[in-house]
Amino acid sequence: MPLLVLPQIRFILIQNRAGKTRLAKWYMQFDDDEKQKLIEEVHAVVTVRDAKHTNFVEFRNFKIIYRRYAGLYFCICVDVSDNNLAYLEAIHNFVEVLNEYFHNVCELDLVFNFYKVYTVVDEMFLAGEIRETSQTKVLKQLLMLQSLE
Amino acid sequence: MPAVSKGDGMRGLAVFISDIRNCKSKEAEIKRINKELANIRSKFKGDKALDGYSKKKYVCKLLFIFLLGHDIDFGHMEAVNLLSSNRYTEKQIGYLFISVLVNSNSELIRLINNAIKNDLASRNPTFMGLALHCIANVGSREMAEAFAGEIPKILVAGDTMDSVKQSAALCLLRLYRASPDLVPMGDWTSRVVHLLNDQHLGVVTAATSLITTLAQKNPEEFKTSVSLAVSRLSRIVTSASTDLQDYTYYFVPAPWLSVKLLRLLQCYPPPEDPAVRGRLTECLETILNKAQEPPKSKKVQHSNAKNAVLFEAISLIIHHDSEPNLLVRACNQLGQFLQHRETNLRYLALESMCTLASSEFSHEAVKTHIDTVINALKTERDVSVRQRAVDLLYAMCDRSNAQQIVAEMLSYLETADYSIREEIVLKVAILAEKYAVDYTWYVDTILNLIRIAGDYVSEEVWYRVIQIVINRDDVQGYAAKTVFEALQAPACHENLVKVGGYILGEFGNLIAGDPRSSPLIQFDLLHSKFHLCSVPTRALLLSTYIKFVNLFPEVKTTIQDVLRSDSQLKNADVELQQRAVEYLRLSSVASTDILATVLEEMPPFPERESSILAKLKKKKGPSTVTDLEEAKRERSVDVNGAPEPAPASASAASTPSPSADLLGLGAAPPAPTGPPPSAGGLLVDVFSDSASAVAPLAPGSEDNFARFVCKNNGVLFENQLLQIGLKSEFRQNLGRMFIFYGNKTSTQFLNFTPTLICADDLQANLNLQTKPVDPTVDGGAQVQQVVNIECVSDFTEAPVLNIQFRYGGTFQNVSVKLPITLNKFFQPTEMASQDFFQRWKQLSNPQQEVQSIFKAKHPMDTEITKAKLLLGRSSDLGQHSLKKLILTLQTLWALASSTPKPPRLDACCVWSRICKLRCTGSRCAQARTLFPRGYVTYCRSSFNPMQAVGLCVLFPCVSATLGDHTAHSTMEHLSTCTSSLGPGRGWDTKGLLTGTTAGLPVQGGPGSMKSRQPVVQSTN
Repeated sequence: MPLLVLPQIRFILIQNRAGKTRLAKWYMQFDDDEKQKLIEEVHAVVTVRDAKHTNFVEFRNFKIIYRRYAGLYFCICVDVSDNNLAYLEAIHNFVEVLNEYFHNVCELDLVFNFYKVYTVVDEMFLAGEIRETSQTKVLKQLLMLQSLE
Repeated sequence: MPAVSKGDGMRGLAVFISDIRNCKSKEAEIKRINKELANIRSKFKGDKALDGYSKKKYVCKLLFIFLLGHDIDFGHMEAVNLLSSNRYTEKQIGYLFISVLVNSNSELIRLINNAIKNDLASRNPTFMGLALHCIANVGSREMAEAFAGEIPKILVAGDTMDSVKQSAALCLLRLYRASPDLVPMGDWTSRVVHLLNDQHLGVVTAATSLITTLAQKNPEEFKTSVSLAVSRLSRIVTSASTDLQDYTYYFVPAPWLSVKLLRLLQCYPPPEDPAVRGRLTECLETILNKAQEPPKSKKVQHSNAKNAVLFEAISLIIHHDSEPNLLVRACNQLGQFLQHRETNLRYLALESMCTLASSEFSHEAVKTHIDTVINALKTERDVSVRQRAVDLLYAMCDRSNAQQIVAEMLSYLETADYSIREEIVLKVAILAEKYAVDYTWYVDTILNLIRIAGDYVSEEVWYRVIQIVINRDDVQGYAAKTVFEALQAPACHENLVKVGGYILGEFGNLIAGDPRSSPLIQFDLLHSKFHLCSVPTRALLLSTYIKFVNLFPEVKTTIQDVLRSDSQLKNADVELQQRAVEYLRLSSVASTDILATVLEEMPPFPERESSILAKLKKKKGPSTVTDLEEAKRERSVDVNGAPEPAPASASAASTPSPSADLLGLGAAPPAPTGPPPSAGGLLVDVFSDSASAVAPLAPGSEDNFARFVCKNNGVLFENQLLQIGLKSEFRQNLGRMFIFYGNKTSTQFLNFTPTLICADDLQANLNLQTKPVDPTVDGGAQVQQVVNIECVSDFTEAPVLNIQFRYGGTFQNVSVKLPITLNKFFQPTEMASQDFFQRWKQLSNPQQEVQSIFKAKHPMDTEITKAKLLLGRSSDLGQHSLKKLILTLQTLWALASSTPKPPRLDACCVWSRICKLRCTGSRCAQARTLFPRGYVTYCRSSFNPMQAVGLCVLFPCVSATLGDHTAHSTMEHLSTCTSSLGPGRGWDTKGLLTGTTAGLPVQGGPGSMKSRQPVVQSTN
């Protein structure tokens, strides 16, 4: 019985077109230099692609699934054996939640509320796996937490 | 600033962030940050106790500064303080800071764990969630130790809130991945499986991930998950698009959960229970049917979600590989996607079809799409899509379409992206070889490859074409003619010169009858390229020239003139100079008989797995090379088959001598022709990869390992953090190794634990003893570990040294093979010849004799067989012959050193046979370049003609086979023997070279075996 490679999100990155990181969430151990290198490499491979290209890029031993929203690239790095479209839509699901939570999200929301974005991520992705997919449930939870402030 | 206007944030933080954003330069930013850091520091140090809000705000600022890429070296304690706050927002910032800036300070860890413990026990779902998320984000071993027992309880407790269960499931998954040993299976496992039935789909989503991972490692224990997953899946796929409400995404019911369930099922074979199996088949059919239904929405989200499930279903169908009907339906569905307007779908269809191509049920169905795929190769704009098309063409290739596919790939190669050229070259080379009905087509294809993409033709590829041409005499003439024509081109690639040089050197005679390709024309053609080539190619050409001297006596003087020219004889490159000197002397001193024997045509190479295939696998990873069937078949044909009797370790009767290192194998041959056969002999396996190694070996460590086969001291491994040096000594069956671990950083290594790992079968044969080292290695410090080694019996694998430690916050894990190889325990024996033969004759016990009769795998040619008997599969120095060579050398050493004057002729004859290999073997150049120094020193010092022959004949093999200093002493020794021969003596003795010295015995231990062949059987 061949075993599947452990499916796991290696990291999630949100970058703008200039390469500024708006969110970096790591699910694997990387040291700081390595993280910086990954951030730069991802930016380099993703920004050269256009709309005719796929939303998937092979990247080292992994692959990057990414989607561009205005000036922001949302990238998820997963194992090569993982389901591309499922993660592509997971990105969109995440973006719709952010949009709802921040009422028409823009890049600045992510900058000024970076600590809240982490909470949103943890609600939807945990330990490198998809935790919750229902937008209704996530938003309900987020609003509940918001009320505690 | 929209966020601030909402009024729920921290005003000071927002102002600070704005300030940073308004900074015009990097310097201004740093200035602003330093100001802020000073401010925060003074606040933290101040006498006035900070309230929760201020503490939160400052910690959050520190976090922001850290995320900007600046180092933060304080504030951890304040963050930890926040953990015990009762306000959610303060706690959240505290946990966030801890998760992002993990610190291995043990005092802090204790405090953090304490806070987590309190929150887990708080029964407040919000606080429990924060604590669980922190564990899941950090996932350290300390946390696993503290909480691995607690979390399963939270997960399966009846009163735990759903959202906490979700977090607990994934938290446990994280701990299990990081420290599986700390998460014991128990009663909870069966209850976790039943979470698949949970009403809350979020809980099911999280639990499925956990179960999938656990099931991969413990399939038996989680077997019941199969039927539960199938029924859950079935309920989802048959539900109406609105049934699942919150979990319906663009009219697709629970797409992510469906994908996860389908992946869980891929951990198992098809269900045995027919009811479950039937239900699963229904599900898969439903998913395939839905793909044909009109879309419920035009949004791409709808089709993506639907197809995510579809592709995962197809993966499961391929994984089961048991339902032809489903496989063919899957193939047809993918066929539709091949022409879809969405690039993503075309890409995924190509990728998925690749795996379908390897199933016997769907291979034919995949082949019907060949034209579409070829078209994709020509028209796709995204290189990654074209790459998938190449992969698929490769996977669908068989004898029926090979010519078409190879032609298409060749034509694509002309315009292909540089990044994928090498891979395409490898693929073309493999397909051309595998499906060649007619080998002239194969030769043409490879020459085309070199013409189109010469730079991307790796050594493996051109080695392989030479192996094939040598092994198939029906194609040799054609190959010679074709390379001769190809070389006519004014500018041809250096790889072509290599192939051309080699083939003409071996088979130039087959076309020499044609006056248009007479010997002289062939030579002139090759020599016209000589000056444009690199040193290795020139070296190869020099070998070709000496072969020409043998093949075509009429060009001998031309070639001698070339060899004699200053540019050769005084070449600055030692290798070229050495060859020129050797070949010149050989051509002038040796008789035609000797030349003919020394430069005899190469014997066939042993058949085995294509080295190119091995390279492709290495490049792409074995799983992506799809012809697994083929690989399996090739592996089972282990041509180097019959195991050899083990060389007894000469121990009992031996006395240490200056030549004790005779067997320190100097040139571990790079063995470019693929992985060594597993059933090989002892020494051979010293060089083989230990595929079963416990941890993946550090890249590059193989090279270092090979270097240590013949030396005892040096640097074994080095990366940015760590250097491992070795010093070792061996005596008889004992050894001692000093391992030095150097911390190259300025930071401490913590939990530094080196472990020696012996594979099971190695444990019995090799005794390793060591003491643990200090778990802390200071920055810049070096620690030493002593390993005492006892060789109990012969062994093949090498032990693995695994090192684990913490550097900064990260866990490091390095594995290297420890160079303890069998040869370290070898010792030569010196004995007079009569003692030797006396001993040999004594070996008459029935147990000491071995005879086996087996059927030959290849036709027996007397000459070839003789050569093989002499030196194993002689052309194949990398493998068995190396072992035999060592045995032979060992014996010869004894013979030569014990025989006064004149030296025994049979000894010389074997030396010359060894030398012959060195002169003609394609790999000899590589092996020889490793140790040229000793020779050069020597050949300059004296030039007695006879000695020169002796040297040129003797030394290349010695220098290539033995370590530097031993080579030197060997040479000295032997040169005294040879110089005592009168000029011409020995070499002119007719029949000398054909006298066989087969089955040379290994001298030594009482347990040694005796072969039935006599030691020396001269034909005279």
